[in-house]
Amino acid sequence: MSNNKNLYGVTALFDNADEIINAAREVAKAGYKNFDVNTPYPVHGMDRAMGLKRSMVGFVTTFLGFSGTAFILLFAFWTMSIDYPMVIGGKPFFSFPAFIPITFETTVLLGGVSTVIGLLAMFASLPSNNHPLHDTDYMKAVSADKYGIVIEADDTNFDEIEVTGFLQKLGGKKIHSINKPVKENYPVLQPRFITFLIVVALLVSALTYITLNKVVYIEPFNWMTEQDKVTAQEKSVFYADAFGMRKPVEGTVAKGYLPYPYKGQLNPVETLPNPLLPTKEVLELGKKKYLAFCSPCHGTFADGDSHLRGQFPNPPTLHSQRGRDFSDGMIYHIMVNGQNIMPSYESQTTSEERWAIVHYIRALQRAKNARLTDLEEVKKEPVVNAE
Amino acid sequence: MELDYTSEIAVVEGDLRRAEIDKIIARPMEEKPGKKYLIALTISSGALLIGALCIGITLFLGVGTWGNNQPVGWAFGIVNFVFWIGIGHAGTLISAILFLLRQKWRTGIARFAEAMTIFAVMCAGLFPIIHTGRPWLAGYLTPYPNQHGLWVNFISPLVWDVFAVSTYFTISLLFWYVGLIPDFAILRDRTVSKIKKTIYSVFSLGWRHSNRHWQHYEKAYMILAGISTPLVLSVHSIVSFDFATSVLPGWHTTIFPPYFVAGAIFSGFAMVVTVMIIVRKVFDMEQIITLNHLDRMNKIMLATGMMVGYAYAMELFIAWYSGSEFEQFAFINRVFGPYAWAYWIMVSCNVFIPQLFWFRKIRRSVPIMFVIVIFVNVGMWFERFVIIVSSLHRDFLPSSWGYYTPTLIDLGILLGSFGLFFTLVLLFAKTLPVISMSEVKAVSKGAQPSHIGVHHEQ
Repeated sequence: MSNNKNLYGVTALFDNADEIINAAREVAKAGYKNFDVNTPYPVHGMDRAMGLKRSMVGFVTTFLGFSGTAFILLFAFWTMSIDYPMVIGGKPFFSFPAFIPITFETTVLLGGVSTVIGLLAMFASLPSNNHPLHDTDYMKAVSADKYGIVIEADDTNFDEIEVTGFLQKLGGKKIHSINKPVKENYPVLQPRFITFLIVVALLVSALTYITLNKVVYIEPFNWMTEQDKVTAQEKSVFYADAFGMRKPVEGTVAKGYLPYPYKGQLNPVETLPNPLLPTKEVLELGKKKYLAFCSPCHGTFADGDSHLRGQFPNPPTLHSQRGRDFSDGMIYHIMVNGQNIMPSYESQTTSEERWAIVHYIRALQRAKNARLTDLEEVKKEPVVNAE
Repeated sequence: MELDYTSEIAVVEGDLRRAEIDKIIARPMEEKPGKKYLIALTISSGALLIGALCIGITLFLGVGTWGNNQPVGWAFGIVNFVFWIGIGHAGTLISAILFLLRQKWRTGIARFAEAMTIFAVMCAGLFPIIHTGRPWLAGYLTPYPNQHGLWVNFISPLVWDVFAVSTYFTISLLFWYVGLIPDFAILRDRTVSKIKKTIYSVFSLGWRHSNRHWQHYEKAYMILAGISTPLVLSVHSIVSFDFATSVLPGWHTTIFPPYFVAGAIFSGFAMVVTVMIIVRKVFDMEQIITLNHLDRMNKIMLATGMMVGYAYAMELFIAWYSGSEFEQFAFINRVFGPYAWAYWIMVSCNVFIPQLFWFRKIRRSVPIMFVIVIFVNVGMWFERFVIIVSSLHRDFLPSSWGYYTPTLIDLGILLGSFGLFFTLVLLFAKTLPVISMSEVKAVSKGAQPSHIGVHHEQ
């Protein structure tokens, strides 16, 4: 072993490829393990002369390449068949032939990128710009046209004098001992410089902020959400009354609107007749609208059993004598006008729907107060659906 | 002419010493730019500026400034895309396929061709992105989790294109960079300038020509060549799927993938030769980029040109043989219709003129070769124009037939893409070694051990 602790190794230069391959073979034969050959280009047969094992770069490519294959196939399967299945061009959700192009490309991409990263980072341990050999005459010579060999000081058989003599015997020229470089202090890491950088960064950010937000305001790209139109609740700058939404012209009548002559009267002396016949369709419409608008207070069967559990006063039952004595027109009138605390349902229902509700209420009233003679009527009806 | 077929023709002419190889290759980087170089750079960056202006107008006013119209919705944008992607293919072919075939002569031109691949793919990528009209939304093309809950359509050829072109660009760039690492190390050790040394040191990653690294390096290089080979074939196949998977007569053909790949290699080689002729003259590299190189590339052009010619003939034959009147009309219209002029420019430039390369004298005459390759470049651009425009302009409904004429903006952007390409090529030629120093050294005379008197232990 050497007594110079700072020593990296001993280098020697050779003039041609035959010499270097011979030297490498002899060095390997002499039992040195930590030695290296530096040649301006790969010399054929050098791996065998140095006794190197074959390179394993291919395993990285294979493993990561096929990981890419598996990943993209699963990914395409998941997106196209599970997460958002869509029929495109009549093909199945998992249409393997159509996935081949992307599968191939992803395999190549992952395989290629991992090969390069693996080569540089794993197999060559690069970047390493502070290696002891850098900036030596030795490195400059092997970069151009010489062939060099270096026996490193951490080899178990290393002895500076012995190695120098050995390399001389092999015909090496310009034999040098290379020391490890002194640890450098990087000026970029000095506190003053870092403070300077922080100050510059803050200044630039502040200036940018002020310029872009206060001096010249540039609207960021907003994907067309901002448009020159008046949106809901927005103040109009065009109309004097500042309403963006305009009222219809006076005297405008809505489509299907029929004026109701007794509007606002408490007890009208006369009412309208029901224009609809109690057909199945009318009763179904009436049921639908009754359940939607009337049943919350009047109850599903008009018994006055509110669904609201006392949050609103219960109305009386519609099966009372008074309720049954109301004319069709009176019930319609109550729906339009409201009664006591019942509000008007004019805006929620159309005229036709209100008359249909009247028919449905009549049907409920009749069902709650059925007469024996009604059975005769039922018996007369043909049995349509005998089960 | 006496030819010796018993030994390989020397890759490097004359008996250059290996240090001189470095000197010749590094000279453009170490000298001040000459007058010729500056004139060339002015012209190319002028063209680039015109293109940038036209792209600016397009982005400001919209794609309506282009000549695209209702039947011809795909025009210059896609023609130029396919053209530039094709140019790129020669680079990968030279660097990967010829490497796997152990063609040593590739070393003189591989680096340059690879750089051209990268620049050409950049030019190509430009067109589909600006054709979308809103290029800032190009990120939608990648599958990423988003608030719409949507994914890209993996069975659309346009998405295959995105995958193919971006993979191609990435792998080409890595391949190129891996090749450059040892050369950066050489430059680092050659230069006397401190700034240059810092830059070269960073890019060389501290490479020290160690055989323990060379061993993995050579393996990785071979793997990259191995995966680039099917990649380059897949890229233009996938580009051709953009057309072939549609149902338009003139596009809907199974011959498209091989036809496109052959065309791509053909046009790429033409572009490589065009640029090579200029570079070897301007930078005095006749000894490294020799006439033998140009001769061989011309032979490949002759072969691929005839493949393309075969594809033209086969398209016409299948149109007739298919018995489909729409197919037949599409091809009769292509050959004799309103765009017949473009068709005949294409056929004469791509099939007839390259036949001159049968003659050895012409293959080895730089001025004649230069004229021929320019014709090939023009012809291959017209091939894409013919395929796209002549198929689109008269489709199934005669009431919607139309005629496409490019606008000044279209032509300006095309000019700009050439400006971009040549500006990048010129900057590259001045800043990076245009020929791989370490590879050329490895194939020069006496570079490899003779193994004389050495016992082979196997």
